Amino acid sequence: MAQATGAREKLTRSGSGNGERLFRGVVTAAALLVLLIVAGLGVDLVWESRQSIARFGLGFLSSQRWDPVHQRFGALPYIFGTIVTSLIAIALALFIGVGAALCLSEIAPERLQTPLATLVELLAAIPSVVYGLWGIFVLAPCLRTTVEPFLHNTLGFIPLFSGPQIGIGLLAGGVILAIMILPTVAAISRDVIRAVPREQREAAYALGATRWEVISGVVLPYARSGILGAAILGLGRALGETIAVTMVIGGRPQITHSLFSLGYTIAAVIANEFTEATYQLYLSSLFELGLILLLITMILNVCARLLVWRITRGSPGTVTV
Amino acid sequence: MSSASAPAARPSLALASLQRRRLTNWLMLGLIVLALAVSLVPLVAVLAYAIVNGLPGLSATLFTRLPRPVDVGAGGMANSMVGSLVIVAIAALLGTALGIAGGIYLAEYGHGKLAFLVRFFADVLSGVPSIAIGLFVYVLLVVPMHSFSALAGAVALAILMLPLVVRTSEEMLKLVPGSLREAGVALGVPRWRVVLSVLLPAAASGIITGTLLAVARIAGETAPLLFTAFGNEFWQRSLVKPIDAVPLRLFKYAIGPYDAWHTLAQSAALVLILFVLLLSIGARYYAGRNRLQRQ
Repeated sequence: MAQATGAREKLTRSGSGNGERLFRGVVTAAALLVLLIVAGLGVDLVWESRQSIARFGLGFLSSQRWDPVHQRFGALPYIFGTIVTSLIAIALALFIGVGAALCLSEIAPERLQTPLATLVELLAAIPSVVYGLWGIFVLAPCLRTTVEPFLHNTLGFIPLFSGPQIGIGLLAGGVILAIMILPTVAAISRDVIRAVPREQREAAYALGATRWEVISGVVLPYARSGILGAAILGLGRALGETIAVTMVIGGRPQITHSLFSLGYTIAAVIANEFTEATYQLYLSSLFELGLILLLITMILNVCARLLVWRITRGSPGTVTV
Repeated sequence: MSSASAPAARPSLALASLQRRRLTNWLMLGLIVLALAVSLVPLVAVLAYAIVNGLPGLSATLFTRLPRPVDVGAGGMANSMVGSLVIVAIAALLGTALGIAGGIYLAEYGHGKLAFLVRFFADVLSGVPSIAIGLFVYVLLVVPMHSFSALAGAVALAILMLPLVVRTSEEMLKLVPGSLREAGVALGVPRWRVVLSVLLPAAASGIITGTLLAVARIAGETAPLLFTAFGNEFWQRSLVKPIDAVPLRLFKYAIGPYDAWHTLAQSAALVLILFVLLLSIGARYYAGRNRLQRQ
């Protein structure tokens, strides 16, 4: 094989004319474009947020005051809202997503596996703005009239579930995000679970293990780091998801103890205020928010990709996430 | 089954433990099946919502009229639909051409460090928040051109779909048997001709599927269009002036105060869902059919 490849290289090199050089140049340029875009993204956002960075320094991250009228900008309430909604999302989506993946690969009859997996993946095809619309008119009223009063009555002694129940807010944002990252978590988990060698399962069955014991004792430990990767990728998507959250989060930058209260996320404030920013420092602060978002998601993504790559050997997986 | 090997002195204990294990087994398997059921609920709920609420408002005027002030009577979103088609078409052209070229590089010429970097950052780019890409294109195109435009929107969407197309093209080209390559080269055909006339056709169905899925994904995107295409109440013939798109209008109407707007938003949501679902189901069906044929 190596010999054949070597021979091929040699052949083509000796036979390469202008056409070959041109073609190779074009495709290489296209590949380099990917690197250029990533680099450009980073450089542009840093450059555009220079004013805000120079003016507020690290205080930008710790200040709670977002006051365009007095030219004071602090990102903390947005960072808080982003993290809280994303954590709710990953807490919900991880269990359901991994459960769904286990069901698809370990329990469902072979004939049903692909159609059911497709249905779960179709969740990813529904546009964000449609989820937002559904969130406003179905999910938020449902939370207000049913879920939040129930949580309040049973778990109300925990500060998380106290306070007025309004439907829209951090909880609504988290639930919408959970739905949106569910297909990501489920699809990648399914890939890594399917990568568990058959012999491992068969060995456990041969020892008399029940199906659940095979899953909990063999499959899950083997797929653990891959599932962690799936969770981090899902978290990354949740952090950056914009429109659906913007529509149900309520748009109030505050730090509260209750999940029922209104909040705001980084992506949402950029979406809402960017075209209304009237002076340079305001715009620059919004760019810095974008930069923070980019940095967090990139770090998460690099970690997650490395984890998942190690297991699926560099294949991008079945779903395009 | 294990009674022979179990210690004879404690048969009841072994039995109890076996029963407990069975119970745990059924309980946990039940929960796992429940998890799959729960994860299908949102799909059904959103589809049902869009159909029930969107269908009554679905009329010809939605496709033929411009948006109107609320008190003037039923408006439409003809301009948004045309705008969306224009933006997505340009984005698809850009994203597909560049993406396939990048995929060819990775599959055919990419062995070294550079290829590893491209592969890795393509995956990283596919995880970058779409709103950040909107900001990037705003700086890159909107500021220098002094105007929001269809072109800027299309570039933003093309950047979103680029990593998806690059990676699928690469995977699909790698699936083409090596013997085909060698046969081409053995005939004395230059390598680039082998790629274009042998490998690409052989990998075409997979690449088309991946590209359709990517187009389906960008067609519903709103966030990257907010500061690039911007939106417009009227027709726009120019590619370098602000233009409307269905997701943008849907966003505006959904968070607006009027019932008439909400009705329009629900119908637009149905149209958008149908478009996107048809594309992605079509892509999968196409892929499945071709796989069968090859077998």
